[in-house]
Amino acid sequence: MQSKPIALTILDIVSVIVLGISTYLALVFAPTEAVMGDVQRVFYFHIGTAWLGLLGFIIAAIAGIAYLITKDLKWDRFEVAAVEVSTVFFFLTIVLGSIWAYPAWNTWWTWDPRLTTAAVTELIYIAYFMLRQGLDDPDKRARFGALYTLLGGISAPITFMVIRLFRTIHPVVIGNQSAAAQGGFSMSNDMKVAFFFALFAFTVIFVDLIWHRVRLGALQEQVEQLKLKLSN
Amino acid sequence: MFLETTPDTSNYMIAGYVISFLTMGIYVASLYIRNRNLRQDQQTLEDLDRTESKK
Repeated sequence: MQSKPIALTILDIVSVIVLGISTYLALVFAPTEAVMGDVQRVFYFHIGTAWLGLLGFIIAAIAGIAYLITKDLKWDRFEVAAVEVSTVFFFLTIVLGSIWAYPAWNTWWTWDPRLTTAAVTELIYIAYFMLRQGLDDPDKRARFGALYTLLGGISAPITFMVIRLFRTIHPVVIGNQSAAAQGGFSMSNDMKVAFFFALFAFTVIFVDLIWHRVRLGALQEQVEQLKLKLSN
Repeated sequence: MFLETTPDTSNYMIAGYVISFLTMGIYVASLYIRNRNLRQDQQTLEDLDRTESKK
């Protein structure tokens, strides 16, 4: 495996810095929301991780298509990386949403359309890893992964759109929300700064983590090839 | 006239941020550990391969 590129080291440092700034903006710079209080501050990380969680699942589906066309395993590595990082981010989205929900809705969880589609999406991608592990042949595994992420990718736009199409308790911060929504708020200018910076910060962190995971996948492949060579 | 006060929900906020940093930390640690283990495996396999080639 090649040594770590300098650009990746720079990206690591930038990721730590932007995460620090984003935390400062969310916890100190942004004003306290009058109705919900400090718990509203988890919103910045909640949206930041949700945006990349869902985007990552779509990126994985695109990588899956690229693999099916080219049969190049580099797309499979990219797809696995996108799914893994997105699954972690989306797990955080669900947990942060639940923490925010308790003081806002007086319950940790409810089978609302948004929460249900989010939980289904997360489970689809947890299952992806479990099913992949059952396949030893790299080509078969990559083909399966590509088709799975292609189908699983449909859940991402559904999860995104569900609060805009159905009557739901989950608020829509940007756009028109359902009449049944509870816990919504309008953002002040300082809140918008924290919000957009969180989106930017998590995008940088996402790219950094994907890059590391792709490199790990390449190393994994080298080790598998060495094992194969020695067993023959 | 009502005077509504902002509720103290700072404990939830702290829990949210602790879980966020913990989860990200665990994931980064898992990447590091997996990378280290694979490098060790690679080294062992390359040594074995060299020994096999000499025979």
